[in-house]
Amino acid sequence: MKKYLSFFRLRFAMGLQYRAAAFGGIATQFTWGAMEIMIFRAFYRSDASAFPMSFSATASYLWLQQAFLAFFATWMMDGDIFDSIVNGDVAYELCRPVSIYNMWFSKGLSTRLSRAVLRCFPILTVAALLPQPYGLNAPASPMHFVLFLLTLILGLLMTVSLCVLICILAFFTISPMGLQMVFTSMTDFFAGALIPLPFFPENVQRVMELLPFAAMQNVPLRIYGGSMSCYEMQKAVFLQIFWLTAITFTGKMLCRLAAKRITVQGG
Amino acid sequence: MITMEHVCKSYKIAKRNAGFGEAVKALFHRDYEIIHALNDVSFTIRDGEMVGYIGPNGAGKSSTIKILSGILTPDCGTVLVDGRIPYKNRIKHVKEIGVVFGQRSQLWWDVPVIDSFELLKDIYSIPDPRYQQSLEELTELLNLAELLRSPARQLSLGQRMRCEIAASLLHRPRILFLDEPTIGLDAVSKLAVRDFILNQNKTHGTTVILTTHDMQDIEALASRIILIGKGRILMDGTLDDIKKGGGNIDETVAELYRAYDIQ
Repeated sequence: MKKYLSFFRLRFAMGLQYRAAAFGGIATQFTWGAMEIMIFRAFYRSDASAFPMSFSATASYLWLQQAFLAFFATWMMDGDIFDSIVNGDVAYELCRPVSIYNMWFSKGLSTRLSRAVLRCFPILTVAALLPQPYGLNAPASPMHFVLFLLTLILGLLMTVSLCVLICILAFFTISPMGLQMVFTSMTDFFAGALIPLPFFPENVQRVMELLPFAAMQNVPLRIYGGSMSCYEMQKAVFLQIFWLTAITFTGKMLCRLAAKRITVQGG
Repeated sequence: MITMEHVCKSYKIAKRNAGFGEAVKALFHRDYEIIHALNDVSFTIRDGEMVGYIGPNGAGKSSTIKILSGILTPDCGTVLVDGRIPYKNRIKHVKEIGVVFGQRSQLWWDVPVIDSFELLKDIYSIPDPRYQQSLEELTELLNLAELLRSPARQLSLGQRMRCEIAASLLHRPRILFLDEPTIGLDAVSKLAVRDFILNQNKTHGTTVILTTHDMQDIEALASRIILIGKGRILMDGTLDDIKKGGGNIDETVAELYRAYDIQ
């Protein structure tokens, strides 16, 4: 365990040193958040009652999404893992007495955490200070806030687990490009990164909520605003735990299989 | 003790002719060719031996090193390193070996070299006093004192290679695999690396297996030479067996390659 912790520590410290990238990220996410809120405002103006979430709940959803973008954005995958598979540097990692899966998991986790730590606080602070209904609301209740934190962590683990799975699949496909493209656009759509899931037609939404993608950002961001019933929240947390276990297990199994048929590229 | 018996390894490689038309054709139908990187390879290496593993490009040298270090699984045959099957129990096996790939880097690019070393200390669970001792010894022998606090990206190739070798030896492996360790080094660094490897072998009895295209490496280091070509062991002997009475070693080896038709 200690090896993964010190690996995590080094990686986390490394992530913190990219200040310029963090400033850039914060600026982008402000602009993006503001733009989305303006678009939604235009829709709400035409008929607010046609929407499943109140405008201020949607605004909170969007600000939280921007603040914790580094937790859930699947397009921010660890490029260096793919690079190491493509150019064969993975050979060095394979001659360490560590499990490749756990190593990559802690790599993904530390990268996402260090990015989010640098970015979330300025965004959350400013968003909370914005006039209503454009800003970030207080959580629906203390209980909702605790559940939000819990599901945020589960969602983060879920995202990392899914990304590691994609990395391992890259062992089988030689080039990760196609995989990555299909996977990122699918998650953006199904996870509620483009449009929150409640905005989909009810039947579609019912199916989407069962998919592993819904176990990522969809759950914490919606729990925060209090738009889910008690039963819905229970079900969502259960699904998060189920998918986290299932995806991690699949990843570990595939990793074992991959180890048997690895080819190291580039001599 | 290292034994390989009747080991085979083949790769499937997609091939096509040059040109756009061929590229489009390959979208629908791919021709694969099976390359036999290793074809019935057997040898035994005793503890404390220094073995030069030579052969032309693409002969199967790196594949052998990767099988011995547990990264690749052979298609058939048996491999035993100190009683362990490398690819069956990779994690246990790699604790006892050190590997240097001359063409790759194991140091973290953005952080000082010493940070990479500290991470390796935790990864290999090296106890504190032993780590300090190894670090001091390696720092002195490889002249690293000035380099440890610089980020790896700012080191020259020779400086980095010295750090790479130190990184692979921090946990005091009993067996060391060196895959082209002197590639791209200047004369001074080459001599330093050679001296160091000799010294490790003498003082710690480290078994060393070395692949290289630099015949002077072989002359300086290897008491035994294994020649491989097209995936087969062609010769297993001493330097004198190859030289047979002098001459330039590069020419002798080139002649040998020609004689075996493995160019």
